Amino acid sequence: MPKRIQEIVAHDSMTPKIGDVEKAGSVIVGNLNYLLNQARANALWPLTFGLACCAIEMMSTVASRFDIARFGSEAFRATPRQADVMIVAGRVSKKMAPVLRQIYDQMPEPKWVISMGACASSGGVYNNYAIVQGVDQVVPVDVYVPGCPPSPDALLYGLLKLQDKVKRLRHNKLIELKPREQERVNV
Amino acid sequence: MITEVGRDVIRPILTGMLLTARRLKRDKTTVFYPEKKRQPFPRTRWRHVLKRYDNGLEKCIGCSLCAGACPAKCIYVEAEYNTDEERYSPGERYAKRYEINMLRCIFCGFCQEACPTGAIVLRSDFELADYSRPDFIYTKEMLLEPMPEGAEAPTAKPVS
Repeated sequence: MPKRIQEIVAHDSMTPKIGDVEKAGSVIVGNLNYLLNQARANALWPLTFGLACCAIEMMSTVASRFDIARFGSEAFRATPRQADVMIVAGRVSKKMAPVLRQIYDQMPEPKWVISMGACASSGGVYNNYAIVQGVDQVVPVDVYVPGCPPSPDALLYGLLKLQDKVKRLRHNKLIELKPREQERVNV
Repeated sequence: MITEVGRDVIRPILTGMLLTARRLKRDKTTVFYPEKKRQPFPRTRWRHVLKRYDNGLEKCIGCSLCAGACPAKCIYVEAEYNTDEERYSPGERYAKRYEINMLRCIFCGFCQEACPTGAIVLRSDFELADYSRPDFIYTKEMLLEPMPEGAEAPTAKPVS
């Protein structure tokens, strides 16, 4: 179970009482879970993973007209080690699928995937032998954004949906050890 | 020497900064999306809507021409015959099931062009993102526009 923060009191001479509305700015009362989720949701760094024409719309989401930086996601990382969310933008060919999976595995937890566009989400018009019919066959997808390609505001809506999901995340899952790991712990 | 510095260093910087200063007067280009939406173009193609006549009857006659025209094969239509007791559309048949897979759809508008009665149109609602794949099968109930005011039940008399 996560620790519950009862109160965080700022260290100044006029330490306010709890419930003091005027000085409420210096006291944060909250659940550690909530604070962590807020921090995660408002700094979702995407991985640069443009595969086709959807990537053009993804780039234009970063540009000044739509400005994804308003949601803390402007830092597109070129390495999976520093990324939180993978925006799969474009059709995934069968040859690209293992690469996609490897890059996903290299991302640190917690990680999320946005499937952007018709081709990444379901194959779209490319119902043929070369294209993976939906990127959810390779990696678990959190948010699907339909469109061909989705306009930048549609992608922003998808990102906001993902932020909602991240904010609802709970960290009270028990970690179950496999039998061999259990032995190691007992010794 | 000093004249060269002025010509090669200070003057270009000033020119650049002047341009920046002039741009400051302009309006911001950023669309503050979740609060304000940008004005959609008149022919924007996003979410589909199934239209009705003014008396509440559906325009769709279940001919499946939209499904035939669809390049992604994302539309499924199942037609059924109208009867005098149970009438949904003015024609002989109506669409009993009308489903669109929004994930496969590429919003090309071919269905809109193919429709002989103008029943299916693409409108500007782009907020379609969701969490799970089954949620993207849009059924007829989701696509059909609400009954116009003053219209009777779906079993209204046909137009003509």
